Amino acid sequence: MVIILEIKNLTIQYGQQDASVENFNLTMEKGEIVGIVGESGSGKTTVIRAIIGALAGTGQITGGDIRFDRCSVLGKSNEDWRKLRGTKIPMIFQDCGGTLNPIRKIGRQYVEYICIHSSMSKQEAWEKACNMLTKMRLPYAGNIMNSYPHQLSGGMCQRVGIAMAMTFEPELLLADEPTSALDVTTQAQIVKEMMELRDRFNTAIIIVTHNLGVASYMSDHIVVMQHGKVVDQGSKGEVLVHPSSEYTKQLILAIPKMGGSRFV
Amino acid sequence: MSDLIMETRNIIKKYPASGGRVLTACNNISLQIYKGKTLGIVGESGCGKSTLVRMLIQLENPTAGEILYHGSNITDLRRKEKWLLRQNMQMVFQDPAASFNPKMKIIDILTEPLLNYKRLKRRQKAEKAKELLEMVELPEDILYRYPHSISGGQRQRISIARALSLEPEILICDEATSALDVSVQKTIIELLVKLQKQKQIGIVFICHDLALIQSFAHQIAVMYLGNIVETLPGEQVSKNSRHPYTRALLESVFTVTMDGSEEIAALDSEVPSPLDIPPGCPFHNRCSSASRLCGDKRPELEKIETGHEAACHLYKFNKEASPLQC
Repeated sequence: MVIILEIKNLTIQYGQQDASVENFNLTMEKGEIVGIVGESGSGKTTVIRAIIGALAGTGQITGGDIRFDRCSVLGKSNEDWRKLRGTKIPMIFQDCGGTLNPIRKIGRQYVEYICIHSSMSKQEAWEKACNMLTKMRLPYAGNIMNSYPHQLSGGMCQRVGIAMAMTFEPELLLADEPTSALDVTTQAQIVKEMMELRDRFNTAIIIVTHNLGVASYMSDHIVVMQHGKVVDQGSKGEVLVHPSSEYTKQLILAIPKMGGSRFV
Repeated sequence: MSDLIMETRNIIKKYPASGGRVLTACNNISLQIYKGKTLGIVGESGCGKSTLVRMLIQLENPTAGEILYHGSNITDLRRKEKWLLRQNMQMVFQDPAASFNPKMKIIDILTEPLLNYKRLKRRQKAEKAKELLEMVELPEDILYRYPHSISGGQRQRISIARALSLEPEILICDEATSALDVSVQKTIIELLVKLQKQKQIGIVFICHDLALIQSFAHQIAVMYLGNIVETLPGEQVSKNSRHPYTRALLESVFTVTMDGSEEIAALDSEVPSPLDIPPGCPFHNRCSSASRLCGDKRPELEKIETGHEAACHLYKFNKEASPLQC
Protein backbone atom coordinates (compact mmCIF):
# COMPACT_ATOMS: atom_id res chain seq x y z
CA MET A 1 0.00 0.00 0.00
CA VAL A 2 1.23 3.44 -0.92
CA ILE A 3 0.93 6.02 1.81
CA ILE A 4 0.23 9.41 0.32
CA LEU A 5 -0.56 11.57 3.30
CA GLU A 6 0.81 11.42 6.79
CA ILE A 7 -0.13 13.90 9.50
CA LYS A 8 1.78 13.61 12.78
CA ASN A 9 0.93 15.38 16.04
CA LEU A 10 -0.40 18.39 14.18
CA THR A 11 -1.09 21.39 16.40
CA ILE A 12 -2.54 24.61 15.04
CA GLN A 13 -3.05 27.91 16.81
CA TYR A 14 -4.82 31.09 15.81
CA GLY A 15 -2.85 34.00 17.20
CA GLN A 16 -2.17 33.59 20.90
CA GLN A 17 -5.35 31.63 21.59
CA ASP A 18 -5.45 28.06 22.83
CA ALA A 19 -4.70 25.49 20.17
CA SER A 20 -7.58 25.05 17.71
CA VAL A 21 -6.32 21.62 16.70
CA GLU A 22 -4.24 19.50 19.03
CA ASN A 23 -2.17 16.41 18.28
CA PHE A 24 -3.98 15.39 15.13
CA ASN A 25 -2.71 12.17 13.57
CA LEU A 26 -3.81 10.63 10.29
CA THR A 27 -2.29 8.28 7.75
CA MET A 28 -3.90 7.85 4.35
CA GLU A 29 -3.35 5.32 1.63
CA LYS A 30 -3.99 5.78 -2.05
CA GLY A 31 -7.67 5.52 -2.90
CA GLU A 32 -8.81 5.73 0.68
CA ILE A 33 -11.73 7.91 1.75
CA VAL A 34 -11.45 9.53 5.16
CA GLY A 35 -14.37 11.34 6.76
CA ILE A 36 -13.73 14.01 9.39
CA VAL A 37 -16.90 14.73 11.34
CA GLY A 38 -17.65 17.10 14.17
CA GLU A 39 -19.81 20.05 15.02
CA SER A 40 -19.09 23.64 14.12
CA GLY A 41 -15.97 24.96 15.77
CA SER A 42 -14.44 21.53 16.28
CA GLY A 43 -11.47 22.31 14.05
CA LYS A 44 -12.26 20.02 11.13
CA THR A 45 -11.94 22.69 8.45
CA THR A 46 -8.74 23.98 10.07
CA VAL A 47 -7.14 20.56 9.57
CA ILE A 48 -7.76 20.35 5.86
CA ARG A 49 -6.91 23.99 5.33
CA ALA A 50 -3.55 23.27 6.94
CA ILE A 51 -2.91 20.48 4.42
CA ILE A 52 -2.96 22.95 1.53
CA GLY A 53 -1.31 25.70 3.56
CA ALA A 54 -4.32 27.96 3.47
CA LEU A 55 -4.99 28.67 7.13
CA ALA A 56 -7.16 31.72 7.56
CA GLY A 57 -5.92 34.87 9.30
CA THR A 58 -3.37 34.37 12.03
CA GLY A 59 -3.54 30.60 12.00
CA GLN A 60 -0.24 28.79 12.05
CA ILE A 61 1.09 25.31 12.55
CA THR A 62 2.90 25.29 15.88
CA GLY A 63 3.76 21.63 16.11
CA GLY A 64 3.88 18.38 14.19
CA ASP A 65 4.33 17.65 10.52
CA ILE A 66 2.27 17.06 7.38
CA ARG A 67 3.89 14.83 4.77
CA PHE A 68 2.42 14.48 1.30
CA ASP A 69 4.04 11.94 -0.98
CA ARG A 70 6.78 11.42 1.61
CA CYS A 71 7.94 15.03 1.75
CA SER A 72 6.93 17.64 4.24
CA VAL A 73 4.65 20.41 2.99
CA LEU A 74 5.67 22.80 5.76
CA GLY A 75 7.87 25.72 4.79
CA LYS A 76 7.17 25.49 1.08
CA SER A 77 7.58 28.56 -1.10
CA ASN A 78 4.55 30.23 -2.65
CA GLU A 79 5.46 28.88 -6.07
CA ASP A 80 5.61 25.31 -4.75
CA TRP A 81 2.27 25.76 -3.04
CA ARG A 82 0.71 27.05 -6.23
CA LYS A 83 1.72 23.92 -8.14
CA LEU A 84 0.63 21.62 -5.36
CA ARG A 85 -2.79 23.21 -4.94
CA GLY A 86 -3.39 23.55 -8.66
CA THR A 87 -2.88 19.98 -9.69
CA LYS A 88 -2.01 17.60 -6.85
CA ILE A 89 -4.26 18.55 -3.92
CA PRO A 90 -7.32 20.41 -5.16
CA MET A 91 -10.09 21.37 -2.80
CA ILE A 92 -13.83 21.67 -3.24
CA PHE A 93 -15.89 23.92 -1.05
CA GLN A 94 -19.35 24.05 0.44
CA ASP A 95 -20.41 26.61 -2.10
CA CYS A 96 -18.50 26.04 -5.33
CA GLY A 97 -20.65 28.64 -7.06
CA GLY A 98 -19.11 31.20 -4.70
CA THR A 99 -15.58 30.26 -5.70
CA LEU A 100 -16.27 30.94 -9.38
CA ASN A 101 -15.97 34.42 -10.77
CA PRO A 102 -19.56 35.64 -11.19
CA ILE A 103 -18.89 37.90 -14.17
CA ARG A 104 -16.94 35.46 -16.32
CA LYS A 105 -18.36 32.46 -18.13
CA ILE A 106 -17.56 29.00 -16.77
CA GLY A 107 -15.70 28.11 -19.98
CA ARG A 108 -13.26 31.02 -19.77
CA GLN A 109 -12.43 30.34 -16.13
CA TYR A 110 -12.03 26.63 -16.69
CA VAL A 111 -9.78 27.05 -19.76
CA GLU A 112 -7.65 29.60 -17.94
CA TYR A 113 -7.21 27.20 -15.03
CA ILE A 114 -6.12 24.34 -17.31
CA CYS A 115 -3.75 26.53 -19.37
CA ILE A 116 -1.98 27.89 -16.28
CA HIS A 117 -1.22 24.46 -14.92
CA SER A 118 -0.34 22.67 -18.15
CA SER A 119 1.02 23.30 -21.61
CA MET A 120 -2.25 22.64 -23.41
CA SER A 121 -3.52 25.01 -26.07
CA LYS A 122 -6.82 26.78 -25.50
CA GLN A 123 -8.55 24.47 -27.96
CA GLU A 124 -7.30 21.36 -26.19
CA ALA A 125 -8.16 22.83 -22.81
CA TRP A 126 -11.71 23.53 -23.98
CA GLU A 127 -12.14 19.94 -25.10
CA LYS A 128 -10.63 18.61 -21.90
CA ALA A 129 -13.01 20.79 -19.87
CA CYS A 130 -16.06 19.61 -21.82
CA ASN A 131 -14.90 16.07 -21.38
CA MET A 132 -14.60 16.47 -17.61
CA LEU A 133 -18.04 18.10 -17.34
CA THR A 134 -19.58 15.22 -19.26
CA LYS A 135 -17.87 12.77 -16.91
CA MET A 136 -19.53 14.56 -14.00
CA ARG A 137 -22.89 13.83 -15.65
CA LEU A 138 -23.54 17.40 -16.67
CA PRO A 139 -25.59 17.25 -19.86
CA TYR A 140 -24.81 19.65 -22.72
CA ALA A 141 -21.29 20.51 -21.57
CA GLY A 142 -21.00 23.14 -24.32
CA ASN A 143 -23.99 25.01 -22.94
CA ILE A 144 -22.57 24.98 -19.47
CA MET A 145 -19.20 26.27 -20.64
CA ASN A 146 -21.07 29.23 -22.14
CA SER A 147 -23.07 30.03 -18.99
CA TYR A 148 -22.37 32.33 -16.09
CA PRO A 149 -22.29 30.73 -12.61
CA HIS A 150 -25.58 32.34 -11.56
CA GLN A 151 -27.36 30.62 -14.43
CA LEU A 152 -26.62 27.20 -12.96
CA SER A 153 -28.34 25.54 -10.01
CA GLY A 154 -26.49 24.79 -6.77
CA GLY A 155 -26.04 21.13 -7.67
CA MET A 156 -24.70 22.01 -11.12
CA CYS A 157 -22.20 24.52 -9.68
CA GLN A 158 -21.03 21.86 -7.27
CA ARG A 159 -20.47 19.46 -10.16
CA VAL A 160 -18.52 22.11 -12.07
CA GLY A 161 -16.37 22.57 -8.95
CA ILE A 162 -15.72 18.84 -8.67
CA ALA A 163 -15.00 18.55 -12.40
CA MET A 164 -12.44 21.37 -12.15
CA ALA A 165 -10.82 19.79 -9.11
CA MET A 166 -10.53 16.44 -10.88
CA THR A 167 -9.08 17.82 -14.14
CA PHE A 168 -5.52 16.74 -13.46
CA GLU A 169 -6.48 13.45 -11.84
CA PRO A 170 -5.12 14.40 -8.43
CA GLU A 171 -4.00 11.89 -5.87
CA LEU A 172 -5.74 13.61 -3.00
CA LEU A 173 -8.99 15.55 -3.07
CA LEU A 174 -10.05 17.71 -0.13
CA ALA A 175 -13.76 18.30 0.21
CA ASP A 176 -15.02 20.82 2.75
CA GLU A 177 -18.74 20.22 3.39
CA PRO A 178 -19.34 19.55 -0.32
CA THR A 179 -23.02 18.68 0.08
CA SER A 180 -24.14 20.73 3.06
CA ALA A 181 -25.75 23.48 1.00
CA LEU A 182 -27.61 21.09 -1.27
CA ASP A 183 -31.03 19.47 -1.21
CA VAL A 184 -31.23 15.85 -0.15
CA THR A 185 -31.84 14.47 -3.62
CA THR A 186 -28.97 16.53 -5.07
CA GLN A 187 -26.80 15.49 -2.15
CA ALA A 188 -27.43 11.85 -3.03
CA GLN A 189 -26.36 12.53 -6.63
CA ILE A 190 -23.14 14.32 -5.63
CA VAL A 191 -22.20 11.68 -3.06
CA LYS A 192 -22.67 8.99 -5.69
CA GLU A 193 -20.48 10.87 -8.14
CA MET A 194 -17.73 11.42 -5.58
CA MET A 195 -17.69 7.70 -4.84
CA GLU A 196 -17.22 7.05 -8.56
CA LEU A 197 -14.15 9.29 -8.59
CA ARG A 198 -12.36 6.89 -6.34
CA ASP A 199 -13.23 3.94 -8.52
CA ARG A 200 -12.25 5.71 -11.71
CA PHE A 201 -9.13 7.68 -10.74
CA ASN A 202 -8.13 5.93 -7.50
CA THR A 203 -8.18 9.31 -5.79
CA ALA A 204 -7.89 9.52 -2.03
CA ILE A 205 -10.55 11.82 -0.59
CA ILE A 206 -10.80 13.64 2.72
CA ILE A 207 -14.37 14.69 3.29
CA VAL A 208 -15.18 17.12 6.07
CA THR A 209 -18.82 17.09 7.00
CA HIS A 210 -21.18 17.45 9.90
CA ASN A 211 -23.51 14.89 8.36
CA LEU A 212 -22.57 11.58 9.99
CA GLY A 213 -24.81 9.74 7.56
CA VAL A 214 -22.89 10.98 4.51
CA ALA A 215 -19.56 10.33 6.25
CA SER A 216 -20.52 6.79 7.13
CA TYR A 217 -21.74 6.07 3.63
CA MET A 218 -18.61 7.36 1.91
CA SER A 219 -15.67 6.77 4.21
CA ASP A 220 -13.45 3.82 4.98
CA HIS A 221 -12.01 5.60 7.96
CA ILE A 222 -13.76 8.10 10.25
CA VAL A 223 -12.28 10.75 12.54
CA VAL A 224 -14.60 12.39 15.08
CA MET A 225 -13.44 15.74 16.42
CA GLN A 226 -14.59 17.87 19.32
CA HIS A 227 -13.03 21.13 20.50
CA GLY A 228 -9.94 20.57 18.36
CA LYS A 229 -9.22 17.10 19.67
CA VAL A 230 -9.80 13.76 18.06
CA VAL A 231 -12.24 11.88 20.27
CA ASP A 232 -12.74 8.83 18.12
CA GLN A 233 -10.86 7.44 15.19
CA GLY A 234 -10.93 4.18 13.31
CA SER A 235 -12.63 2.20 10.59
CA LYS A 236 -16.27 2.93 9.88
CA GLY A 237 -17.51 -0.08 11.81
CA GLU A 238 -15.39 0.65 14.86
CA VAL A 239 -16.49 4.25 15.18
CA LEU A 240 -20.15 3.89 14.37
CA VAL A 241 -20.98 0.53 15.89
CA HIS A 242 -18.66 0.58 18.89
CA PRO A 243 -17.84 4.22 19.57
CA SER A 244 -15.33 4.56 22.38
CA SER A 245 -16.18 8.09 23.46
CA GLU A 246 -19.35 9.36 25.07
CA TYR A 247 -19.44 12.28 22.62
CA THR A 248 -19.64 10.04 19.55
CA LYS A 249 -22.44 8.06 21.16
CA GLN A 250 -24.41 11.25 21.82
CA LEU A 251 -23.74 12.47 18.30
CA ILE A 252 -25.07 9.26 16.77
CA LEU A 253 -28.15 9.40 18.99
CA ALA A 254 -28.90 13.00 18.03
CA ILE A 255 -29.32 12.19 14.34
CA PRO A 256 -32.99 12.03 13.40
CA LYS A 257 -33.83 8.63 11.92
CA MET A 258 -36.66 7.53 9.70
CA GLY A 259 -39.16 5.69 11.80
CA GLY A 260 -36.96 6.30 14.83
CA SER A 261 -37.96 7.82 18.14
CA ARG A 262 -40.63 10.48 18.04
CA PHE A 263 -40.85 13.55 20.21
CA VAL A 264 -44.63 13.69 20.28
CA MET B 1 -63.75 21.39 14.21
CA SER B 2 -63.19 24.09 16.74
CA ASP B 3 -59.48 23.38 16.98
CA LEU B 4 -58.95 24.69 13.49
CA ILE B 5 -57.03 27.97 13.62
CA MET B 6 -56.19 28.65 10.05
CA GLU B 7 -56.98 27.18 6.70
CA THR B 8 -55.87 27.89 3.17
CA ARG B 9 -58.28 27.14 0.36
CA ASN B 10 -56.85 26.55 -3.09
CA ILE B 11 -54.37 29.37 -2.90
CA ILE B 12 -52.34 30.16 -5.97
CA LYS B 13 -49.40 32.54 -6.18
CA LYS B 14 -48.07 33.68 -9.53
CA TYR B 15 -45.28 36.11 -10.18
CA PRO B 16 -44.77 37.89 -13.49
CA ALA B 17 -41.40 37.05 -15.05
CA SER B 18 -39.45 38.56 -17.90
CA GLY B 19 -40.68 37.95 -21.44
CA GLY B 20 -44.33 37.91 -20.40
CA ARG B 21 -43.93 34.55 -18.74
CA VAL B 22 -45.50 33.61 -15.44
CA LEU B 23 -43.79 31.90 -12.54
CA THR B 24 -46.15 29.76 -10.53
CA ALA B 25 -44.70 29.54 -7.04
CA CYS B 26 -47.67 27.93 -5.33
CA ASN B 27 -50.41 26.08 -7.10
CA ASN B 28 -53.72 25.16 -5.55
CA ILE B 29 -52.67 24.70 -1.97
CA SER B 30 -55.15 23.72 0.70
CA LEU B 31 -53.85 23.16 4.20
CA GLN B 32 -55.20 23.27 7.74
CA ILE B 33 -53.42 24.36 10.88
CA TYR B 34 -54.83 22.98 14.13
CA LYS B 35 -54.37 24.04 17.72
CA GLY B 36 -51.53 22.21 19.44
CA LYS B 37 -50.54 20.32 16.29
CA THR B 38 -47.50 20.56 14.09
CA LEU B 39 -47.82 20.82 10.35
CA GLY B 40 -44.57 19.95 8.59
CA ILE B 41 -43.89 21.18 5.08
CA VAL B 42 -41.11 19.33 3.25
CA GLY B 43 -39.65 20.03 -0.13
CA GLU B 44 -36.50 21.03 -1.92
CA SER B 45 -35.32 24.56 -2.55
CA GLY B 46 -37.49 26.43 -4.99
CA CYS B 47 -40.60 24.37 -4.41
CA GLY B 48 -42.57 27.27 -2.94
CA LYS B 49 -42.39 26.51 0.77
CA SER B 50 -41.25 29.97 1.71
CA THR B 51 -43.75 31.68 -0.57
CA LEU B 52 -46.45 29.69 1.15
CA VAL B 53 -45.50 30.88 4.63
CA ARG B 54 -45.09 34.43 3.43
CA MET B 55 -48.71 34.25 2.35
CA LEU B 56 -49.73 32.69 5.66
CA ILE B 57 -48.38 35.61 7.62
CA GLN B 58 -49.66 38.11 5.11
CA LEU B 59 -46.39 39.35 3.73
CA GLU B 60 -47.68 38.46 0.28
CA ASN B 61 -51.17 38.25 -1.11
CA PRO B 62 -52.21 35.13 -2.99
CA THR B 63 -53.18 35.60 -6.63
CA ALA B 64 -56.27 33.47 -6.06
CA GLY B 65 -57.84 31.50 -3.24
CA GLU B 66 -58.57 32.36 0.35
CA ILE B 67 -56.83 32.14 3.68
CA LEU B 68 -59.28 31.70 6.52
CA TYR B 69 -58.35 32.63 10.06
CA HIS B 70 -60.97 31.39 12.50
CA GLY B 71 -63.38 31.24 9.61
CA SER B 72 -62.89 34.70 8.16
CA ASN B 73 -60.93 35.52 5.05
CA ILE B 74 -57.83 37.58 5.75
CA THR B 75 -56.46 38.11 2.27
CA ASP B 76 -58.03 41.52 1.71
CA LEU B 77 -57.61 43.14 5.09
CA ARG B 78 -56.20 46.62 5.45
CA ARG B 79 -52.60 47.16 6.43
CA LYS B 80 -53.42 48.09 10.00
CA GLU B 81 -55.66 45.07 10.45
CA LYS B 82 -52.95 42.79 9.12
CA TRP B 83 -50.51 44.32 11.55
CA LEU B 84 -52.86 43.59 14.43
CA LEU B 85 -53.50 40.09 13.18
CA ARG B 86 -49.81 39.33 13.06
CA GLN B 87 -49.68 39.20 16.85
CA ASN B 88 -51.34 35.83 16.52
CA MET B 89 -48.83 34.38 14.10
CA GLN B 90 -45.13 34.74 14.61
CA MET B 91 -42.11 33.49 12.76
CA VAL B 92 -38.75 31.93 13.58
CA PHE B 93 -36.20 32.20 10.81
CA GLN B 94 -33.39 29.98 9.63
CA ASP B 95 -30.60 32.37 10.50
CA PRO B 96 -31.35 34.19 13.74
CA ALA B 97 -28.14 36.19 13.42
CA ALA B 98 -29.59 37.85 10.35
CA SER B 99 -33.01 38.46 11.89
CA PHE B 100 -31.62 40.28 14.93
CA ASN B 101 -30.36 43.81 14.93
CA PRO B 102 -26.66 43.34 15.78
CA LYS B 103 -26.62 46.57 17.75
CA MET B 104 -29.48 45.67 20.07
CA LYS B 105 -28.99 43.85 23.34
CA ILE B 106 -30.82 40.59 24.02
CA ILE B 107 -33.17 42.32 26.46
CA ASP B 108 -34.28 44.78 23.78
CA ILE B 109 -34.59 42.09 21.15
CA LEU B 110 -36.82 40.00 23.41
CA THR B 111 -39.18 42.77 24.40
CA GLU B 112 -39.43 44.70 21.15
CA PRO B 113 -42.54 42.88 19.84
CA LEU B 114 -44.45 43.55 23.08
CA LEU B 115 -43.42 47.19 23.09
CA ASN B 116 -44.38 47.47 19.44
CA TYR B 117 -47.92 46.35 20.21
CA LYS B 118 -47.93 48.46 23.41
CA ARG B 119 -48.56 45.43 25.55
CA LEU B 120 -45.66 46.10 27.91
CA LYS B 121 -44.56 49.11 29.93
CA ARG B 122 -40.91 50.05 29.70
CA ARG B 123 -40.24 49.55 33.36
CA GLN B 124 -41.46 45.96 33.22
CA LYS B 125 -38.99 45.14 30.48
CA ALA B 126 -36.33 43.39 32.55
CA GLU B 127 -38.88 41.33 34.43
CA LYS B 128 -40.62 40.14 31.26
CA ALA B 129 -37.33 39.41 29.51
CA LYS B 130 -36.19 37.24 32.41
CA GLU B 131 -39.45 35.35 32.30
CA LEU B 132 -38.98 34.72 28.57
CA LEU B 133 -35.41 33.55 29.06
CA GLU B 134 -36.57 31.12 31.70
CA MET B 135 -39.16 29.74 29.31
CA VAL B 136 -36.49 28.83 26.76
CA GLU B 137 -34.11 27.55 29.43
CA LEU B 138 -31.41 30.20 29.09
CA PRO B 139 -29.44 31.80 31.94
CA GLU B 140 -30.33 35.35 32.99
CA ASP B 141 -26.84 36.71 32.56
CA ILE B 142 -27.07 36.91 28.76
CA LEU B 143 -29.74 39.61 29.06
CA TYR B 144 -27.31 42.45 28.49
CA ARG B 145 -25.18 40.80 25.83
CA TYR B 146 -25.23 41.28 22.07
CA PRO B 147 -26.39 38.60 19.62
CA HIS B 148 -22.88 38.01 18.24
CA SER B 149 -21.53 36.97 21.63
CA ILE B 150 -23.88 34.03 22.16
CA SER B 151 -23.85 30.67 20.38
CA GLY B 152 -26.06 29.69 17.43
CA GLY B 153 -28.24 27.43 19.54
CA GLN B 154 -28.75 30.16 22.14
CA ARG B 155 -29.62 32.62 19.40
CA GLN B 156 -32.27 30.29 18.05
CA ARG B 157 -33.73 30.00 21.55
CA ILE B 158 -33.88 33.79 21.80
CA SER B 159 -35.59 33.81 18.43
CA ILE B 160 -38.21 31.36 19.70
CA ALA B 161 -38.66 33.35 22.93
CA ARG B 162 -39.15 36.56 20.94
CA ALA B 163 -41.76 34.93 18.70
CA LEU B 164 -43.61 33.47 21.67
CA SER B 165 -43.55 36.68 23.70
CA LEU B 166 -46.78 37.78 22.02
CA GLU B 167 -48.38 34.43 22.86
CA PRO B 168 -49.33 33.69 19.28
CA GLU B 169 -51.66 30.93 18.23
CA ILE B 170 -49.44 29.94 15.35
CA LEU B 171 -45.68 29.70 15.27
CA ILE B 172 -44.09 29.43 11.85
CA CYS B 173 -40.56 28.03 11.73
CA ASP B 174 -38.82 28.48 8.40
CA GLU B 175 -35.93 25.98 8.41
CA ALA B 176 -35.39 26.93 12.03
CA THR B 177 -32.83 24.24 12.75
CA SER B 178 -31.06 23.87 9.39
CA ALA B 179 -28.12 26.03 10.38
CA LEU B 180 -27.52 24.22 13.66
CA ASP B 181 -25.49 21.18 14.66
CA VAL B 182 -27.37 17.93 15.15
CA SER B 183 -27.01 17.85 18.93
CA VAL B 184 -28.25 21.45 19.21
CA GLN B 185 -31.01 20.72 16.72
CA LYS B 186 -32.27 17.96 18.96
CA THR B 187 -32.50 20.23 22.02
CA ILE B 188 -34.31 22.93 20.02
CA ILE B 189 -36.89 20.44 18.78
CA GLU B 190 -37.38 19.14 22.31
CA LEU B 191 -37.93 22.71 23.48
CA LEU B 192 -40.46 23.43 20.71
CA VAL B 193 -42.40 20.27 21.48
CA LYS B 194 -42.44 21.08 25.19
CA LEU B 195 -43.68 24.64 24.61
CA GLN B 196 -46.28 23.40 22.18
CA LYS B 197 -47.70 21.05 24.81
CA GLN B 198 -47.75 23.81 27.43
CA LYS B 199 -49.32 26.52 25.33
CA GLN B 200 -51.21 24.54 22.69
CA ILE B 201 -49.57 26.41 19.84
CA GLY B 202 -50.10 25.38 16.25
CA ILE B 203 -46.68 25.04 14.63
CA VAL B 204 -45.91 25.18 10.93
CA PHE B 205 -42.43 23.76 10.46
CA ILE B 206 -40.69 24.08 7.14
CA CYS B 207 -37.83 21.74 6.60
CA HIS B 208 -36.00 19.80 3.95
CA ASP B 209 -34.98 17.01 6.28
CA LEU B 210 -37.71 14.42 6.10
CA ALA B 211 -36.16 12.31 8.86
CA LEU B 212 -36.24 15.26 11.26
CA ILE B 213 -39.73 16.42 10.46
CA GLN B 214 -41.32 12.99 10.73
CA SER B 215 -39.99 12.73 14.26
CA PHE B 216 -42.26 15.43 15.60
CA ALA B 217 -44.86 16.60 13.05
CA HIS B 218 -48.46 15.47 13.37
CA GLN B 219 -49.20 16.07 9.72
CA ILE B 220 -46.73 16.40 6.85
CA ALA B 221 -47.25 18.02 3.47
CA VAL B 222 -44.73 17.19 0.76
CA MET B 223 -44.31 19.91 -1.85
CA TYR B 224 -42.84 19.66 -5.31
CA LEU B 225 -42.68 22.57 -7.76
CA GLY B 226 -45.40 24.54 -6.06
CA ASN B 227 -47.79 21.62 -5.72
CA ILE B 228 -48.61 19.53 -2.74
CA VAL B 229 -48.04 15.98 -3.87
CA GLU B 230 -48.81 14.15 -0.67
CA THR B 231 -50.08 14.87 2.83
CA LEU B 232 -49.97 12.26 5.55
CA PRO B 233 -49.60 11.87 9.32
CA GLY B 234 -46.01 12.13 10.54
CA GLU B 235 -45.67 8.64 11.93
CA GLN B 236 -46.75 7.04 8.65
CA VAL B 237 -44.12 8.60 6.39
CA SER B 238 -41.63 5.77 6.45
CA LYS B 239 -44.19 3.00 6.03
CA ASN B 240 -47.16 4.31 4.15
CA SER B 241 -46.07 7.10 1.84
CA ARG B 242 -47.33 6.53 -1.69
CA HIS B 243 -46.09 9.26 -3.93
CA PRO B 244 -42.90 8.43 -5.90
CA TYR B 245 -41.40 11.79 -4.92
CA THR B 246 -41.89 11.14 -1.22
CA ARG B 247 -40.29 7.73 -1.70
CA ALA B 248 -37.38 9.36 -3.54
CA LEU B 249 -36.88 11.80 -0.68
CA LEU B 250 -36.91 8.90 1.76
CA GLU B 251 -34.38 6.97 -0.25
CA SER B 252 -31.92 9.83 -0.41
CA VAL B 253 -31.61 10.10 3.37
CA PHE B 254 -28.21 8.93 4.57
CA THR B 255 -28.21 7.11 7.87
CA VAL B 256 -25.41 5.81 10.04
CA THR B 257 -26.91 2.37 10.19
CA MET B 258 -26.62 2.08 6.45
CA ASP B 259 -24.48 -0.69 5.08
CA GLY B 260 -21.85 0.67 2.69
CA SER B 261 -22.87 -1.75 -0.03
CA GLU B 262 -26.43 -0.46 -0.03
CA GLU B 263 -27.16 1.51 -3.18
CA ILE B 264 -28.39 4.99 -2.57
CA ALA B 265 -31.08 5.70 -5.12
CA ALA B 266 -30.42 9.13 -6.56
CA LEU B 267 -33.02 10.77 -8.75
CA ASP B 268 -31.71 11.63 -12.17
CA SER B 269 -31.70 15.10 -13.63
CA GLU B 270 -32.70 18.40 -12.11
CA VAL B 271 -35.94 19.94 -10.92
CA PRO B 272 -37.60 21.66 -13.89
CA SER B 273 -37.75 25.44 -13.75
CA PRO B 274 -40.95 26.77 -12.18
CA LEU B 275 -41.22 29.03 -15.23
CA ASP B 276 -42.10 26.13 -17.46
CA ILE B 277 -43.65 23.44 -15.36
CA PRO B 278 -44.24 20.40 -17.55
CA PRO B 279 -47.87 19.63 -18.40
CA GLY B 280 -49.41 16.74 -16.55
CA CYS B 281 -47.87 15.58 -13.31
CA PRO B 282 -45.08 17.99 -12.29
CA PHE B 283 -42.89 15.06 -11.29
CA HIS B 284 -43.41 12.83 -14.34
CA ASN B 285 -40.10 13.60 -16.08
CA ARG B 286 -38.08 12.38 -13.10
CA CYS B 287 -40.40 9.60 -12.00
CA SER B 288 -39.17 6.10 -12.77
CA SER B 289 -42.64 4.63 -13.08
CA ALA B 290 -44.31 7.39 -15.10
CA SER B 291 -46.77 6.33 -17.79
CA ARG B 292 -48.17 8.31 -20.73
CA LEU B 293 -51.15 9.46 -18.75
CA CYS B 294 -48.79 11.16 -16.28
CA GLY B 295 -47.46 13.41 -19.02
CA ASP B 296 -50.92 14.43 -20.21
CA LYS B 297 -53.10 14.85 -17.18
CA ARG B 298 -52.30 16.45 -13.87
CA PRO B 299 -53.28 14.15 -11.00
CA GLU B 300 -55.45 15.59 -8.24
CA LEU B 301 -55.00 14.94 -4.53
CA GLU B 302 -57.06 11.91 -3.66
CA LYS B 303 -57.94 10.51 -0.33
CA ILE B 304 -56.26 7.23 0.57
CA GLU B 305 -57.08 7.05 4.24
CA THR B 306 -58.17 9.58 6.82
CA GLY B 307 -55.51 12.24 6.88
CA HIS B 308 -53.61 10.75 3.96
CA GLU B 309 -53.89 12.16 0.45
CA ALA B 310 -51.66 11.73 -2.58
CA ALA B 311 -51.66 13.17 -6.08
CA CYS B 312 -50.52 10.30 -8.26
CA HIS B 313 -52.16 8.42 -11.15
CA LEU B 314 -50.22 5.27 -10.36
CA TYR B 315 -51.90 4.85 -7.05
CA LYS B 316 -55.29 4.51 -8.71
CA PHE B 317 -54.06 1.67 -10.89
CA ASN B 318 -52.52 -0.34 -8.09
CA LYS B 319 -54.95 0.28 -5.33
CA GLU B 320 -54.44 -3.21 -4.08
CA ALA B 321 -50.68 -3.14 -4.48
CA SER B 322 -48.56 -2.71 -1.40
CA PRO B 323 -47.57 0.88 -0.73
CA LEU B 324 -43.89 0.20 -1.29
CA GLN B 325 -44.38 -0.72 -4.90
CA CYS B 326 -46.34 2.34 -5.77
